Amino acid sequence: MIVSLARRAVIRLAMALSVVALATPAPAQIELDITEGVVEPLPIAVSEFYGASAEEQRLGSAIADVVAADLERSGLFRPLDRRAFIQSPEQLRTLPRFADWRQINAQALVTGQVQASGDGLVVEFRLWDVFAGVQMRGLRLQTSEDQWRRIAHKVADAVYERLTGESGYFDTRIAYIAETGAATDRIKRIAVMDQDGENHRYLSDGGDLVLTPRFDPSVTSLAYLRYAGTVPQVQLMDLRTGQERVLGQFDDMTFAPHFSPGGQTVALTVAAAGNSEIHLLDLASGRQTRITNHPAIDTSSSFSPDGGQIVFNSDRAGTPQLYVMSARGGEPRRISFGGGQYGSPAWSPRGDLIAFTKIDGGFFHIGVMRPDGSNERLLTRSAFDEGPTFAPNGRVILFSRKDPRTGRSRLMSIDVTGYNERLVPTPTDASDPDWSNIIP
Amino acid sequence: MMRLFVSALALAALAACSSPDEMPPSQMDPGVAGGMGAPGDARTGAGSGAGVSTSDLPPGVEPGSQEDLELTVGDRVFFDYDSAVLNSQATGILDRQAAWLLGYPDLNVTIEGHTDERGTREYNLALGDRRANAVKNYLVALNVPASRILTISYGEERPAVAESSEDAYARNRRAVTVVNTVN
Repeated sequence: MIVSLARRAVIRLAMALSVVALATPAPAQIELDITEGVVEPLPIAVSEFYGASAEEQRLGSAIADVVAADLERSGLFRPLDRRAFIQSPEQLRTLPRFADWRQINAQALVTGQVQASGDGLVVEFRLWDVFAGVQMRGLRLQTSEDQWRRIAHKVADAVYERLTGESGYFDTRIAYIAETGAATDRIKRIAVMDQDGENHRYLSDGGDLVLTPRFDPSVTSLAYLRYAGTVPQVQLMDLRTGQERVLGQFDDMTFAPHFSPGGQTVALTVAAAGNSEIHLLDLASGRQTRITNHPAIDTSSSFSPDGGQIVFNSDRAGTPQLYVMSARGGEPRRISFGGGQYGSPAWSPRGDLIAFTKIDGGFFHIGVMRPDGSNERLLTRSAFDEGPTFAPNGRVILFSRKDPRTGRSRLMSIDVTGYNERLVPTPTDASDPDWSNIIP
Repeated sequence: MMRLFVSALALAALAACSSPDEMPPSQMDPGVAGGMGAPGDARTGAGSGAGVSTSDLPPGVEPGSQEDLELTVGDRVFFDYDSAVLNSQATGILDRQAAWLLGYPDLNVTIEGHTDERGTREYNLALGDRRANAVKNYLVALNVPASRILTISYGEERPAVAESSEDAYARNRRAVTVVNTVN
């Protein structure tokens, strides 16, 4: 998608975080088409944000660092070396001298300033089209000082949105399973971190085996599988209080949780007497509804963005394949026909693609196809690539990759175009990633 | 076949060491035995004032224990890739497991279903559950009360062998019968 007209982005206000548009954006000429995979990233200058005091200068520099790192990681932008900048942050408080920025081949310029008062923080930022010499975006963001990283991510999201026409994904979190210890007795802990790896924390102590953490749409709780007692079941953890409870009243093992887009329903798998079926659990009423009915394995469900359909994994045809059906039940329609085995489907929040794990010819792949099964494309290939999860804008996929020689498992990201495959650093080995929505 | 062979050997070994006096030398592994003391161990030196070191003998196999099940019957059966079908080797072991269980009517067991790592994590949880229940159903058909048998699936989470090889996969695709210590 190409942006040709400036438009006001709508950014939801959160907690102590408020955002105000600074002046009406002017028409601009920079266009970044990200649908085909960007081979040449856009050169962008991210100036340190101006601060009057030493503390404000420190924050202004740190915010610019986070913005530049977010943009660089997307693979769509190439932040320029600040040592080449001619104008200082203080000089940039007024209209930039665009000739100075053209000289270093910057196409876009990000400027800003930071004001700290008490524990509050006001950050203003502007995005400039260097060649047209116009402002493309201006925002004032307000929060408490300990939230400065979120401000930086919101600035990066605003830049990304303005230049690509797609919503951003930087003010988000990643939940995953942190792995340590011997392969035969792996210690697994739930971990949560910001999308850029910061604010990392463990949410379980490794005493019980835990698997498959999944954020709710409001990013306030996590559903996951915990091995406690004799029957492993899906638990729900409140991320604000740390309180946990078993989801539903099932006699049997439950696993593979996945929230509906509205957050009212959790789809999970119930394994009863050797037969796995997908059930929906209504969180408000506690009502439990089985929506598959087949002696084959039915598991790994993921909702379409409108909540009306699910894609799931079943071996009813003899091998694990992908099926789409109404979220109210009914006759499933097989969508995977490419040979090999398919699993762990994830429906893109954009609705246009379903990502999956494919096992074929001795390799594991992450791939995407349209929801009707057409246009299958394999994005990765390795011994063990597994468990795709989409960024909230549907443009980037996280997954885990295990190296059979070292036994190490790591998180990786890749664009749905197949470009920009990257390691996502974590303190320990990592698997089972889940990418949150934009934090409200 | 391999499993049966190992079990027979183990039985012979058990018979041989039913009396402590007859323990074969090969069983006295100085690297494993508790207080035997490695060469140069300070406790066997002059400071202890004694020329004799002692150590505890490993306990014998208790009837009705996990070790008993493992050594005299076989505690696990193996499956083909992406399959929960019990082959003749598996049913042979389960026939003996059923007889053994009927001999200890107070014992309860948990059947742990496992897979190799060549599948997705969630699918493998379902497959492990299917395997555990295939074993349970077979034992129940041989008159072991269903109330004595729990099942649990670990999917690919608890491999018996850590490597990524065909041999490792074959040994990881298993259902293990575990004697519950608390009933």
